[in-house]
Parts: sequence; C-alpha cells; structure tokens
Amino acid sequence: MITKKQAAEVRLERVAKRYGQVTAVKPLDLVIEPGSLVTLLGPSGCGKTTLLRMIAGLERVSEGKLFIGGRDVTDLSAGERNVSMVFQSYALFPHMSVLENVAFGLISGGMSKPESYAKAEEALSTVGLKGYGGRLPSEMSGGQQQRVAVARALVLEPDVLLFDEPLSNLDARLRRSMREEIRELQQRLGVTVVYVTHDQSEALAVSDKIVVMRAAEIAQAGAPRDLYEEPANTFVATFMGEANHVKAEVINVKGLRADVKLGEAIINLPARGLDSGSADLVIRPEAMRLHPAGTENTLSARVATATYMGGVAEYNLETPVGRLFVIAPEAHAVRAVGEDVGLSFAERGTILVKP
Amino acid sequence: MKRSDPVLLWWSLAAIGLLILPWHWLQSGHSVSALFAVFVGDADATSALMQALAHGRPWFWPILALWAVLGLALHGGFSREAKGKMLTWLGGLGLVAIILQGWLIGPRGWFSAVSPIMTPIFGELSERQFGVGVGGALTFFAFLFLFTEGLALRGKFGGDRFIAGSVGFLVACIVLFTVWPVATMLGQAFKAPSDQTLWVAFLDRFFNPKIWGLACTYSGSQCGVAWNTLALALSTATLATMLGLCFALIVTRTQFPFKRGMRMLTVLPIITPPFVIGLGLILIFGRSGLVNQWAEALFGWQLGRWIYGFDGVLLAQVFSFTPTAFLVLIGVVQGIAPSMEEASEMLRADRTRTFKAVTFPLMMPGLANAFLVVFVESLADFGNPIVLGGSFGVLSTEIFFAVVGAQADFGRAATLALILLSFALVAFFIQRKVVGKRSYVSVTGKGDTGFFRPLPDWVRRTAYAIALPWALLTVTVYTLALAGGFVKVWGRDWTPTLSHFGRAFAIEWGPHGLIWSGGAWSSLFTTIQLAGIAAPLTASVGLLAAWLLSRQRFAGKTALEFALMLTFCVPGTVIGVAYILTYNIPPVELTGTGLILIICFVFRNMPVGVRSGMAAMSQLDKSLDEAAVTLRASTFRTLRLVVLPLMKPAIVTALIYSFVRAMTTVSAVIFLVSAQHEMATVFIINRVINGDYGLAIAYSTVLIVLMMAAIGLITLLVGERKLGRRKAEARIAVETSPAGASS
Repeated sequence: MITKKQAAEVRLERVAKRYGQVTAVKPLDLVIEPGSLVTLLGPSGCGKTTLLRMIAGLERVSEGKLFIGGRDVTDLSAGERNVSMVFQSYALFPHMSVLENVAFGLISGGMSKPESYAKAEEALSTVGLKGYGGRLPSEMSGGQQQRVAVARALVLEPDVLLFDEPLSNLDARLRRSMREEIRELQQRLGVTVVYVTHDQSEALAVSDKIVVMRAAEIAQAGAPRDLYEEPANTFVATFMGEANHVKAEVINVKGLRADVKLGEAIINLPARGLDSGSADLVIRPEAMRLHPAGTENTLSARVATATYMGGVAEYNLETPVGRLFVIAPEAHAVRAVGEDVGLSFAERGTILVKP
Repeated sequence: MKRSDPVLLWWSLAAIGLLILPWHWLQSGHSVSALFAVFVGDADATSALMQALAHGRPWFWPILALWAVLGLALHGGFSREAKGKMLTWLGGLGLVAIILQGWLIGPRGWFSAVSPIMTPIFGELSERQFGVGVGGALTFFAFLFLFTEGLALRGKFGGDRFIAGSVGFLVACIVLFTVWPVATMLGQAFKAPSDQTLWVAFLDRFFNPKIWGLACTYSGSQCGVAWNTLALALSTATLATMLGLCFALIVTRTQFPFKRGMRMLTVLPIITPPFVIGLGLILIFGRSGLVNQWAEALFGWQLGRWIYGFDGVLLAQVFSFTPTAFLVLIGVVQGIAPSMEEASEMLRADRTRTFKAVTFPLMMPGLANAFLVVFVESLADFGNPIVLGGSFGVLSTEIFFAVVGAQADFGRAATLALILLSFALVAFFIQRKVVGKRSYVSVTGKGDTGFFRPLPDWVRRTAYAIALPWALLTVTVYTLALAGGFVKVWGRDWTPTLSHFGRAFAIEWGPHGLIWSGGAWSSLFTTIQLAGIAAPLTASVGLLAAWLLSRQRFAGKTALEFALMLTFCVPGTVIGVAYILTYNIPPVELTGTGLILIICFVFRNMPVGVRSGMAAMSQLDKSLDEAAVTLRASTFRTLRLVVLPLMKPAIVTALIYSFVRAMTTVSAVIFLVSAQHEMATVFIINRVINGDYGLAIAYSTVLIVLMMAAIGLITLLVGERKLGRRKAEARIAVETSPAGASS
C-alpha cells in the first residue's frame, strides 16, 4: 500500500514566465499548503497551464523562485524535483503494458525490476485496477487509462502531484465520478495536489483552495466558498457560477453595513470596504424573490420570459437597472409573460463589488 | 427545375458510340472527318451498326440489340425496382457482349486461344478486326454507367448514382490497366515453347542459375540476379533509413542552423530524373572521374572501374533514396506526442533513458516503414542500375535486356517480372502489417501541450557526425553531376562550353520561321505535352479515389482500397513489360501511341493524388459534407461545391506532383516509348548508354530547372504542413489570445 507521507508545501515567490516580448505569467506569489488540493482555474489562455508546467519543471521559470517542501527547485529539472504529473492526454506509453507504464518511473529512479513491478501492482490496486497490468493502454477505456496515469504518478510518492485538465477527455458522467475519486485518493494519501481546470464546478467540487487566473495573473485565490460568496471583482463573480452584474449606488455606510440603492429598492448589505458612491452589484439568480407588483421596498420588474424547469422556474425580467436572470423556487406558480412584479434581494448572494 | 433522367444521357452516348463513331482504332489517325465517316467503304473505319449491317460482322448485333432494349427503360412507366433490374441486367450483358467480341475475334479471325472451340461451332471466320477505338470505348463506358445506374436504383451504394458510377469507373480502370496486364504477363511466364511442357518450361526459366545462382559465395563469379536485387535492396534500405533518421532528428530536434537547407534535400529526388546521381558518381569515381584522375596523378594509383557494379549502384541508390527515408521519418519523429517524452522526464528518466525507452520504441514502426519504402524503391529502381550496373545485373535491368536484347525473350522477361513483383508484394504485406498494427504516431484531437525534450548529447553528436558529411557529399555529387554539362569532355578537356546545350536545344531561323534544330526539342515537347495531359487526369482520378475511400461507405470498399494499394506497389518495369505484352494486340491495341504513355502515367502516379487527397480529406470536418447532404445537395454537388473548393491545396499538389513525376519517370516508360513519342528521360538514358554524358547532363539540367520551377510553385501555393501542435512561436499566440484553443 502506498503510505501516507509527510506532505510538502509549494511556494512561489515572484514567479513569472515570458516568451520574448510576451508575458505568459506575470510575477506572482502563491503558497500551496502541504496536503491541500489547489486548483488553478481560469479561461483558456490565462496562463494556468504554464504555471503548472513551471511547477513541474517542464518549463523554465523566467524570474522568481520556486520552493517545494522548503527546497529551492528553481533550477532543477523535472526529474529532480520529486513531483509527478497526470497529463491531459494521459501520455501513457502505447508500446508498454500498463504495468510497465506504472513501473517506468521506479525503474528510472534505479529501483530493481522485480521490486518496481511489485510496487506498480500495489499502485494499480490503489486505483482499483488490480489485475490489469498485462494490458496495453489501447485496450483500456478512457476512465481506466486515467486511473493508470494516476497510478503511474502516485507510485513515485511525489512531494506534489500535478493534474493538467485530467478529466477533459472523459464524458460528463465519468468526469463526476472520477473527480470524486481523485479527491478521495488525495484525502486518503494526504498528498499535495495542484490541479488545472477550466471547469468551475469541477474546481468547486475538488478544491481546498481555488486560484482564479485571468490574463496571466491571479484574479483571486481562496476557499471555494469565499470565492463564490465574496468575489473580489466581477470577473471572479461571473466566472464562479452564474451572476447578474448591475450598477448600483451606495448611499450610506454605517460601520460594516451599507445601504445600497438599486432602482427604487434600498438593500442593506455588508459594505466590504466600499464608501458612498457608485458601485458594482453582483446578484446570483437564486438570491432574488418575486412579489406582487408594488410590494414595499422592491424593484419593479416585468416578466420578459418565463421557463418552467421542473424544480424551479427561470425568469428573465426587465427592470429599470437592466435585464435580470432569476431562478425562483416556486415553480408551481409560474408567472405569465408581461406580468408586473416586485423584486426583493436576499443578503446572501447579493454582493457589493468595487467598480 | 426538372432533373433529366441520367439514364437518357448514358443511353444517348451509347447511341453515338454504336451508331456514329468508328468502333475500331483508326490506323490512319483520328481526324474529325474520320470520326463521322459512317458510310465509308472500309469496314474497319465505320461504326458498329454499319459494320453489322453492311460489312457482315454479326457479332455487333447482340450489343445493338441490348442497347435497343435498354431504350425501353427510358419509358417512365416502370417502377424504380424494375428499372434498376433492367439496367443492371441489360447493361451488364452489354458489357459482357462487348468484352466477348473483343476477346474472341482478332486481326486474324478467331484468336488462336479460342479458335479450337469457336471454329467447330461457328465455322471459320472470314472477317477480322483491330483494336477497340473511340466508338468502342465510349460504348463500353456508357454501358458501364447504365449498369451502375441500375445498381444505384436497386439501392446498392446507398442508392447513390454518383458513388456507384465512380466505384464502377475505378474498378473498370483497375481491371483494365493493372489487373489485366499483370495477369497477361503472368500468363506469358507460364507459356511454354512448343517442344516443352508448360511446367518444365516454367520451372526451367524460374529456377535458372542466372536468377538464383549462389556462385558469388564460393567463387569469383556473379550470383543470380534475384540475390543481387535482394542484397542491393536490403543494403540500400538499411543505410538510407539510418541516414534518414539522422537527418530527421537533426531537423526536428536540434537547433541546427541550416534546417531549411536540409529540408531542401527531400525535394531533390522528386525533381531529378533517377539517373542523375549515377551520372554524378561516374564523373567523380568513373574511369575518367575526378577522384580517379587525382589518385593517379598524385599517387600513381589505378582505381579502376569499381564504381560499375554493386558498390556503385548501392552508393547511387543510398544517395537517391536517403531523402525519401528522411521525408518519411520527419513525419514519424514529429508525430510522437511531446507529452510522451515529458511524461518520461517527469518519471525521473534522464535523456538517454527517455530516448532509449520511449522515443526510439515509438519510432520503430516508422523506421520499419521507411525501411520498406526504400526497399521497394530500390527494387523498382531502373535508372541507377542501368547507368552504373555494368555486369552487375538486377531484376529491373535484366527484364529490360530480356525484352530489348537480341533474344527478345518475353517468357524470361515475364518470369523475372513475376519474381520482382513477388518481392514487392511481400514487402507490401509486411509493411501493411507493421504499419497497420503498431502505429503509435497519431495526431489526435486530444489536447497535447508541450515541447519535445532535447536529445541526449551522444545521439545528437552521432546524428551530426553521420548526416553532415553525407549532406555535403550529396550536394557535391549533384553539383558535379550538373557541372559536367558545362565542360567539353569530362576528364580530358576541361574547357568550359555551352556546346552540349547547343546540341540539345539549338534554335535556328530558317526560311519558314523557327526551326527547333536541337536534338532534344522533340522529346522535350512530347514529354511536356503528355505529362500535361496526364496531370489533370491523374489528379482527378486520384482525388476521386481518395474521396471514395475516406468519406464513403459501401460494400467492397476494403477490397477496392486493397486493390488500389496493390496496384501502387507493382514496380515500373513490371508494368512496362505487362503493358507491351497486353496492349500490342487487340482488343486494346495501344502500343506505340501517346495514349499508352498517358495511361501509364495516370495509373503509375495516382498514389500521389490519392495520398494528398486523403491527407486533405482527413483535415476536413466530415460534418461539412454531411451538412451539405442534409441541405439536399446531391453527392456530386456536395463534392463540387463543398469538398473540392476546400481541397484546393491538395488539388494543386496532386496536379504539379503528377506532372513532375510524369516528366522524370523512366522505368515503365522505357518500354512504351516509340519513335513518334520519345520521352525526355529515355532520350537521356540512351545518350548515357552511348557515353554522350555532356548532352545527357545538359538535358538533365534543363529538366531539373523546369521541375524546380514547378516545386517552387507548390511551396508558394500550399505552404508547410500544419500539425495541430504548438510550436514555440505558436504557443505565445495561443497563450495571449483569450480565444486560444486549450490552455
């Protein structure tokens, strides 16, 4: 059995990557706690894969320092860093059996063949593939290949395990179960994991901490819940789940609370450091409730579209501050298109953001 | 718009072919008036109908009758099924009737093979006929398409008339121009002289010590040509693959500054006639070659004529085919996913282990493929052995001498061709097995990021040490080969001169205008003309085949693909012998015409069209055609308006390459040229055989310049192949553009 070992911390100090004139990653600091699973999340081209490959040692750091387990690895090659990686395409060697694939790294490290194969067998059973060692990668399904790739990385007992969009080649159902498996395995072995994805629900499901990246820099880093409930800016807010984004005005700040005027409605919200003046307001679709038109302290709205979705009803509402997308729980009484309603806002899910 | 019935079109064409055009090949040329001379007195110059009516040739009646009944199918009253049945049966029977009359009746009445059966039944035949001509060919294809229309109506080929017709056309062409000639040739190998029984004659020819003798292993004399050929092909393939790998590694995996120059090497074998290298070697190592002269002048050594023989041919072939192996291996080395090597490095393997345990095994199938490609090229090579072979014979040259020599022994030629063909086929099957089963090189749609890892130092050094001197040598050989055209007599009189060009390409101003008085003009014009006619035909047939094979599904597709691939591996000399054996007698009598050369070009060079078509097709999203089909476009319309415009680069490539290859080929063509239709390459070879190197080289230079212009055009129009993988520059673009593909 692969044993739980002392997990390592990954620390990046002012790490940057440039290709000639172009900056792929701007200088950034990041600490990844030992034994935690951190996802790098962001749209295509944001630099997250480059960051991962710099940690792996597949790409040289242009400037800054990189530490794994307290050791400066900035100038070490990939093979010397005691990290291992699961590739997006798995990169299983097609000319070797599954067992040979898993044992490859151990043999590279100088372990004897019998011992390596024994350990590889163990690693295969850890990922639930006991007895598949003799097969070729091409004879396995996508999910099984994924597990082989994980076993091949795990068997080396790395300080850090890296995943580069590991689930993007699987179908939706398999993706859900594989991500749970990866999370469960990581928790069981207590290994530090850095995980790249562009799928926010995947990130929310597996991470201890999410690093949202945009345009070669970190937009925000934090626990999944912090990112969802307290986004630092509208990019993070809209990237982490659905959100309406409107302009509002802070009319009055008292301590940590602020009164925000949105159309004719006044909403009392955490101030989050904002002063009076115009502000951005991020509203989750499920944070709004529909009331009869004219209800006190509501925003007047007219139903533009109404969709019955079984458990909930979805509306697009025309309001003085713009069109809002609302998910309402009371699906049994779907409002008619053209009906006038009043809109109230729950504190949870209505977030003030600096403009 | 009402669509007219396609059956009407084919039926009308059959009518023209049967009633108006002369059925037979006109011995006196195909002028317009001759084509419509229906009422001429000469039976052989008129249409099938007139021959049957007025000249007592009743064997045309079945065809005419079937055609008349087919007219009924035009009537709208039949159900689809009934009409389909009618067309298949009548069209099929029509084809049979045409083939039978062609096969049974020749220029001396019944063909001798069928005479013993036919004479008792129908009596002695007073009438006779020549080979099929315009009318016969038109009628044949019209009946063929009526037949395929019938198949489509009955739901075969997914009920698609265009696919049915295309498949029918391809099958007919493969049978007519490959299967039949090769079968005829094999028949010749099994034909006995009157004093011997069949098997004795065959075994006698086949197990001739001149073919299989092993004398060279225990005495000074020559081994059999079969062993010569095999030994040469194996040595060439081994050396060329090794060299090609070194080149490929340098070009794809190192920072070597002159990569573009190296890539240019791959173009050389395409644009040079195959014997230029041989010429260059003679000018360096031949009796009056540079090296020999220096050796004698400096050290008094007599190097002799070692270049004429196995060593010389081997050297020439390695020079000629290393670029081929290089080209194959570039694809192989680039095709290995960089993530494989990255994964290996992540798994703590150093560069040497990564190369030995991952990169090299992944290249193995590609190496085997390159080896077999070169092996087959060496087997089929005719130009180098004929120039440098001396008394060292290989199968391709022996076949040639068996046909053109004083003996004109077609039985021996056919036997040798049979052996050569079997070698090529064995190589082909091994290749299919190796490449088909264990190909790891795949450009998949999966997101593979990353770069190739650097090579281990020792691999890089070895590659440099082997490839660089060789590249230099290649350039030297080419330079000297071409320099030979600019001196008076190589080795004796080094005075620079343009007289060789003058002899070849002189133009004089005579009383009636320009006179192309140079000796090479006629063959150059013929070559350009025939290659120019063949190129568009090659490209269209090749692309049609590529489209059918890569996009359509129909019963017998694998068989068609297999047959097509098989025809590609028949060596040129074999095709040459097979063609003269088959087409110098009716029913298809083409020897001595330009047409036989064009047909030979089309079917020899079709792989070019098929390959570039397949490659282009695999990059085109299939949903594009499907979208067109769902928008109610017919198959032909889809092909014309959607697929073809998107494949323009492939079309251009196929066109130009088939043109170039038609101009540089020797092996098959040398059997098929005639006084009227002499080809440039054959003209040059004859000069070389006569020792007139100056003119040969001057002419080769002109050809190479022509080819370079053509290749330059391709690269301008098409550009470099794009792999869906990031390069260092491409990567930046992807990373910075927010809409980049995958991160």
